Order: sequence, then C-alpha cells, then structure tokens
Amino acid sequence: MKHVINALDFTVEEIDELIAIAEDIMMYPDKYSEVCKGKKLATCFYEPSTRTRLSFESAMLSLGGSVLGFSSGESSSAAKGESVADTIRMISCYADICAMRHPKEGAPFVAASYSSIPVINAGDGGHNHPTQTLTDLLTIKNLKGRFSHLTVGFCGDLKFGRTVHSLIDALVRYNDIKFIMISPKELEIPDYLRKEVLDARGTEYREVNILEDVMPELDLLYMTRVQQERFFNEEDYIRLKDSFILDNKKMSLAKEDMFILHPLPRVNEIAVEVDSDPRAVYFKQAKYGVYIRMALIMKLLEVVPC
Amino acid sequence: MLNIGGLKQGVVIDHIKAGGAMEIYRYLNLEKLDCSVAIIKNAKSKKMGKKDIIKIEGPLTIDLEVLGVLDHTLTINIIKNDEIVEKKTLTLPELVTNIIKCKNPRCITAAEQGLPHKFKLTNRENRVYRCVYCEQKFKG
Repeated sequence: MKHVINALDFTVEEIDELIAIAEDIMMYPDKYSEVCKGKKLATCFYEPSTRTRLSFESAMLSLGGSVLGFSSGESSSAAKGESVADTIRMISCYADICAMRHPKEGAPFVAASYSSIPVINAGDGGHNHPTQTLTDLLTIKNLKGRFSHLTVGFCGDLKFGRTVHSLIDALVRYNDIKFIMISPKELEIPDYLRKEVLDARGTEYREVNILEDVMPELDLLYMTRVQQERFFNEEDYIRLKDSFILDNKKMSLAKEDMFILHPLPRVNEIAVEVDSDPRAVYFKQAKYGVYIRMALIMKLLEVVPC
Repeated sequence: MLNIGGLKQGVVIDHIKAGGAMEIYRYLNLEKLDCSVAIIKNAKSKKMGKKDIIKIEGPLTIDLEVLGVLDHTLTINIIKNDEIVEKKTLTLPELVTNIIKCKNPRCITAAEQGLPHKFKLTNRENRVYRCVYCEQKFKG
C-alpha cells in the first residue's frame, strides 16, 4: 500500500505509468467501468472544495465504485475535537481508500501515518495538492506529447501559488525544460524555489514582468490569479493587475500550438473572450483531472481491468 | 582572555560560532536552571578566529542533541572532578523529535497539540531542517 502526499512521491517512471493508464481510460472508458466494483472511496474534506471532491467522486463512480464522506470540518467529528489520527483509523474500517482535504498543512501526512488504507492528499492548506499537479502533467503530456524541450511560462501569483511550485518541482526532473516566470515583483517565486529547486538542478529560467514580451516564446502558459490582498497597497495592484490579464490581443502574439492552463477558479486574469480560443484548455483540464484520479485510485487499490 | 573559574563538574560548550551563545542559552532554557552559567562571548580561537563558550556547572539532564541542529561546529566537553571525561563533537541527526518546534501557524502541529514535533535534515551542507508535516524550514 502506498499513500500520495506529494506529487514528488512518484518517480518519473511511475508518473509515466499513471499517465499511460489515464490515457487508456480516456480511449476505452468502458474497459474500466467496473474495475472498482465493491470498493469504497471516503472523501474526507475538512474544508469545502467542491471541484476537487466532485472530481474524486466522479472518478470513483466511473470505476464502478461507491463513495462516502463529509464535505466540511463542521460536519465531521473534528468539530468534537477528534484528531486526524483517530478519524483515519475509523475511516479505515469503512472504506478502501481515502481522499483527504484539510486546511492544516501536513494533516494528510499524519493520516497516512496511522491509516491502514491508502490516503490521497486532496490539498492541505497552501502546502501540497498532488492530484492538481498530476492533472497538469496529464494535460501537458496529452496535448504536447512530451515533458521535455518545452518553454513553460508561469504568470500571476508565483509567490503563494502552490500549484505553480508543485508543477515546477515536477517538471524540473525532465530534460531541456525552460521556465519564464512572469509576475509583479511582489509576487515573484520564493527564494527556496530559486535556490533549492531551479539553481540546484541547473534549470534555465528567467523572471520578467511583462507578459507580452515573452508570449511568442512559450509552448505553455500556466495562468494564476493575482489577488488584490497580496499587494502592499492598492496603487501597486491597480498599476500591475492589467499586465497579468490574458486577452485576445496578447493571445495573438502566441504560437499556434501554445496552450493556456489554469488550475481554476479564474476571476478576471483570463478574459472571457479567450475561452473560445482552441488554445485555451483550462476547462479540458478539469476532465483530465477525473482521468488521472481514476488512474491513481486504480494504482493505489492495485486493481486492473479484466 | 577573560578568566572564568574552572569547573568541578558540568558541561563546557565550546567552539560556538561567535554571537551564537545566547541562542543556545535560550534553546537549552538555561535561565531556568538553578546553577552557575558562564557565557563567554568573542573569545579568541585559533580555529575560528572568534568563538563563544558556555560553561554550565553541575550535573545536566538536558538533551544536548538539539545543539547539533543549532550549531554543528560546537563541541561539548563533559567535566567530572576537574577533568574532561568526555569530548563530544555533534553530528547533525537525520531526524529530531520534540527538540525544536514548528512555528508555522498553518501546520497541523499547531492544531493538534498531541503530535510530536519532528524535523528532518534536508540539506546537510546548509544545515536545513524541515518540519516533516508542513515542510517549513526551521529558523532558530
């Protein structure tokens, strides 16, 4: 049995294997429609996250399994003061696998330490969200066909955006990958990411603050939301916010085969007019999220199609 | 050098990086000990140029393992009957439990008091310890 706490828990080979399963599910969904018959997924969500929870539930139902769980801390025994360690030992008696979302960082790690069933981290505070990273990887692999020889732009809040940090962590393991970080000074990537990940690996990257300048170079653009509360003053926010809004004018500078990704929800950082551009794949990403979670559940439950 | 009397029984923490003695004093909670403690700052050192030294009188029950986490260059001399009976050079432990505490308010340890505070060594060269739960870097 294995747990999934961090996307880096998987080797490059294991990620390839997961993606191969997910791509096979996409092509032959009927083959997998009953592989988890009789199995139960517990979705233990200590804070609301409709998208992630429904994605897990949709994945398990598509595999023929069933789901149970709770969708907020208030509706669980945590409200009565029960520890994560005790809750997971109880859940282990009711289900075969657990997806856990918790506002506190490291809670799924604690659960995994006490669990007798596989635990998947479905997001722990601002820390890890491995299934989002796996979703991003499947999206990239399926649309670009490779992880190597790519120039990937990250735009917006690169300081607090855990999906950005996690995807960079996962992508630096591939050859000839180049990053362009596009953000205001206030929201640049954290220093540890520069030193311990990018510099340590010798990965090529540069940091800029004008999106238009780099659009023609990009094979992928990963957009994130710039939140006003991250700025020290409103003046800076007003001055900078429009530089990081993607619209059709900026899209006209991009390559024909460039793709736009976004972990969603989006607010105003991608103009609605971009949605109809075939290069805008952020809604497709949600579909990929179900496929990769199906592959992950199968892998952890060690089930295979007949 | 300033002359501080010898120790009959106790511990001499030597080769502390200059300026680091107070940090160690605080982490060992030495202010709570009912014994003589001498802090020598900026003592001359052939090896280090300048160093700090702490001398603690009396038998110690303190876990000294924490010191490797705070300053791996220091040495510990155990004194009994006016003689050094043991000279310890600390290494950096791979895992430390309940010695240092995670200060991240978003960490699960902040919500669940019963959990042990565990840190793993993630970069030996730069002495980086990270909380096993939230992976926040320990800052002394």
